[in-house]
Amino acid sequence: MTVDAVLDTAAGVCLIAGALLSLAAGIALVRFPDVLSRMHAAAKPQVLGLLLVLLGCALRLRTGVDITTLVLVGMFQLATAPVAAHMVGRAAYPHDDIRRDLLLTDELAGRLDRVRANRAGAAETPSSVGAPGRDAQPPA
Amino acid sequence: MTTPPRAPLTRRVRWRNRAVAVTGLVTVWVLLWGTFTWANVISGLAVAAVLLVVFPLPPVTFAGRIRPVPLARFLARFLWDLVVASAQVAWLAVRFGHTPRGAIIAVRLRVNTDLNLTLTAEALSLVPGSLILEADRGTGTLYVHVIGVRTLDEVERFRRGVRELEERIVAAVGSGEELRRLRDPDPTGPPEPVDLEGAPT
Repeated sequence: MTVDAVLDTAAGVCLIAGALLSLAAGIALVRFPDVLSRMHAAAKPQVLGLLLVLLGCALRLRTGVDITTLVLVGMFQLATAPVAAHMVGRAAYPHDDIRRDLLLTDELAGRLDRVRANRAGAAETPSSVGAPGRDAQPPA
Repeated sequence: MTTPPRAPLTRRVRWRNRAVAVTGLVTVWVLLWGTFTWANVISGLAVAAVLLVVFPLPPVTFAGRIRPVPLARFLARFLWDLVVASAQVAWLAVRFGHTPRGAIIAVRLRVNTDLNLTLTAEALSLVPGSLILEADRGTGTLYVHVIGVRTLDEVERFRRGVRELEERIVAAVGSGEELRRLRDPDPTGPPEPVDLEGAPT
């Protein structure tokens, strides 16, 4: 068995594993109960699946120019997928799409209530804002 | 409770920040072209300079230094966690007759810098079971959605896991002062959940 054949086999394994993980991410998207759980599916198996596909491509192509591009794709995917998931989760949070009955504990609700109370208080007595609380940062 | 006031950046720190940014941008540029030639490096330097003038980056100061061994440990653990996380979500997805339960927890980080907050949040979203929902920069608190937990004990274990992740990151890229703060945390602030209103039901 030559080196080429070994590399090709490894590439094939990586590609298939990556495709299966992406499939699992797709299934999870359909089956999970609410937005937040779905974002887990979009953030993790999908990223690893893509990394495996990239690795498979790199093993198959074996040229410097292609590999650097693949490295960049992987880097940016790692950097941006969590941010995208964060933004979606943040936009979704105060809405009814979230199955609160499935949450064991929700420590963000208290903070949101405080932010709202702060905002209401600030609107009523604008002069008493002198002591900014720890939630005084402007709500985005 | 309050964060220490941040001193204005000195000229030297600002130049160092710029140097780090230029290095990163040139690396991306060279990788995009795919070959390391002097023409690529010089054109990359020009592009980076223009970018930094036109779109000045927010001052994220990299105060620490890179320690190779903890960094390697962090990366190895991170890759392993990514595999475990993917397997876990895939398993949850294909399992029949089971609705995964979750929890939203607040974790207060001990090192409240922008860089640490960002790195921890990014890594957290890719490791098993967690997804970053909201970050409070003022107190350095991350609000994390956890999937696949069944009991409150597991939630607490998860909280410890987040703090261990922070430790690994600070050990890899943090400054000596940050490391010290990890070892003996600030006695004035509550070390554990800042938020008790949303307490366990």
